[in-house]
Amino acid sequence: MSKKEVVAMLLAGGQGKRLKDLTKSLAKPAVYFGGTYRIIDFPLSNCANSCIDTVGVLTQYEPTLLHAYIGVGNDWDMDRKNGGVFVLPPHERQEGSSWYQGTADAIYRNLKFVESFDPEHVLILSGDHIYKMDYQKMIDYHKAKNADCTISVVNVTLEEASRFGMLNTHDDLKIYEFDEKPKNPKSTLASMGVYLFKWDVLKSYLIKDEQDPASSYDFGKDLIPLLLGDNKTLYAYPFEGYWRDVGTIESLWEANMDMLSEAPELDLNDPNWRIFTRSPNQPAAYIAPSAVVQDSIVNEGCIVHGEVKHSVLFFNVEVGEGSVITDSVIMPGVKIGKNVRIHKAIVNEDMVLEDGAQIGVERTDEKEIMLVTNES
Amino acid sequence: MKGFVGVINLDHELDQLKELTYFRCGAAVPFAGRYRLIDFALSNMMYAGAQDISLFVRRKYRSLMDHLGEGRPWDLDRKRGGLFILPPDWHDPTDTSTGDLQHIHNNMDFFHRSTGDIIIHTGTQHVNKIDYKDVYAYHLEKGADVTVIYKKVDQLMPEHSACRRIEVDESGFVTDIHQELDHNNIYLEAFIMSKDLYLEQVNYCIAHGKSYFFRDAIQNNPNHLKIAGYEYTGYNAVINSVESYYKNSMDLLCPDNYHQLFRENPVQTKIKYEAPAKYLESAQVHNSLVANGCVIGGEVDNSILFRGVKVEKGAKVINSIILQKCTIESGAVLENVILDKDVQITHDRTLIGDVKHPYVTAKSTSL
Repeated sequence: MSKKEVVAMLLAGGQGKRLKDLTKSLAKPAVYFGGTYRIIDFPLSNCANSCIDTVGVLTQYEPTLLHAYIGVGNDWDMDRKNGGVFVLPPHERQEGSSWYQGTADAIYRNLKFVESFDPEHVLILSGDHIYKMDYQKMIDYHKAKNADCTISVVNVTLEEASRFGMLNTHDDLKIYEFDEKPKNPKSTLASMGVYLFKWDVLKSYLIKDEQDPASSYDFGKDLIPLLLGDNKTLYAYPFEGYWRDVGTIESLWEANMDMLSEAPELDLNDPNWRIFTRSPNQPAAYIAPSAVVQDSIVNEGCIVHGEVKHSVLFFNVEVGEGSVITDSVIMPGVKIGKNVRIHKAIVNEDMVLEDGAQIGVERTDEKEIMLVTNES
Repeated sequence: MKGFVGVINLDHELDQLKELTYFRCGAAVPFAGRYRLIDFALSNMMYAGAQDISLFVRRKYRSLMDHLGEGRPWDLDRKRGGLFILPPDWHDPTDTSTGDLQHIHNNMDFFHRSTGDIIIHTGTQHVNKIDYKDVYAYHLEKGADVTVIYKKVDQLMPEHSACRRIEVDESGFVTDIHQELDHNNIYLEAFIMSKDLYLEQVNYCIAHGKSYFFRDAIQNNPNHLKIAGYEYTGYNAVINSVESYYKNSMDLLCPDNYHQLFRENPVQTKIKYEAPAKYLESAQVHNSLVANGCVIGGEVDNSILFRGVKVEKGAKVINSIILQKCTIESGAVLENVILDKDVQITHDRTLIGDVKHPYVTAKSTSL
């Protein structure tokens, strides 16, 4: 392989337990979002749009669908002769076999892969977040600061801070402390799980961390504190813009609803920053004479006879006459019969809802998001 | 059987769609919200498993080439075989072929190199879902040399007048091919035959100073080939005029037609990465087809919106076909109109065409 300045490593092995049945048979990065996308489309498209053409995708939990989905990467323009997208599941080695023990371990086990591109910097990404980000700007910042490691951060409120890995910095954004889910947060800068390392520094610390049997081999918990302990130069890179961790049913629903506003913070229609995805290539949606579709996103392949308000319909959803859908996310291929009422729910892929079904109408908790899957 | 070889011959297709064919050939005309007419022929061939497809083009094929690329959406980006766009580029000084035989004669390598042994020969003016595997089974069952495909239409339309008619006897063999206007068996510009026989006929025609393959080798049938007629009974639209384009587009708003054309074996087309269509709070959309990338704030009735169309709040689109990336600003009213790509209709403009003769605007204009 010829030399690459930056290689991206995308951590996509997470289960996403809090997404309940949505991740029963697929990894969190493969979960659907925004009417047509899967979460992993966002970091992959960000790479494509940031001119990063070499991406290793580390998979572990339920990887089959993800592997097939990424394929040779042509949808993200990553079917390259030199570089491109590489799926990297855990594999058997001479030293023995085991699963990836943590995020840092996953990279450690692919040292040879990264090494083959002889990169200056390695960008660590996660397949869990919805955001549009120009990584080139972060790379420029990292180089200007001559940092060993740059961590992208978003501003959160102090109340939210206890849910994130927080970075405590000096005024010049130089990091002096990493605080994992602090009870008494000292800062409002939350790590986005986007790390940019000098490769030689990362490599030596991965090797060092690997020798500690007590380590959990995690970037946030182990590796970053290790670097800080050695007085390495770590900087926070402030990211401005929409960024969401869609790790729970509630946050996934909410982020989908965010797309419905007239001028959403995250514009999916920006021709200069397309979110690429594997297109199902379905016909134009048919909106029947009896239909009402307002304040909604409706993908191709849908046939709507009923009423859809403030909702997201993925491709190939059918809504029968007299049905009313409000504040809901309907995943691909769902068939909704006649006179069905759905309120504040996520309906999983390929579900069939018989005529007259009622979902989320009678509820004790107005805030609760109903999850409709075959398992429930 | 080793497989199908597809031939899409555009030589006979006249550019009769006025503004829509000013800059593109008929095969490249956008249809049904997100396709080009050629997608239907290509998808049918793809579902039959055709691995080699050649496209005989003569003029205005730039946008067609852009659309087709290396043929990936139809699974034609192959190491072996695949899609061949073959414009006239021939330098044989001894060549005596004329008409569409020129294309075949000058591209013999394509036929010799292709792995398939059965030719599927079509044009692009008929939009349908012909199942060529079924046609081939019929072809074998009949022991035919050639099988031509026709549809018996209940009602003859103006666009049918340009079509050939197929007379079939009780045993399913063709007794005559003609152009008598009151006959209902419309020839769909599609036939299959073995590659060997096809090439034999080509050479015979050239040797006898003929010009057009179908007319001279099949219709006039000088060699007394056994010609079977396969009756296709599914959806078929003939697009050879602005009026037929408009009417057949509007017919897709009938769910039965939509289902027939789209529900099984989805038609493949060039991938665009538009976001799903967005309907604002003020949107009022009824009986319409809406492609991705659209943002609708206004009223849309009985219309077809291609990818990336913006209909602002307070704009009205009625009985119209709006091609890719048009913008209809607030207060504008469109009725019985076809807008080609990239047209901008400014505030409070009103454009009203006739129900039978829609008003067509050319690409990239601002009104």
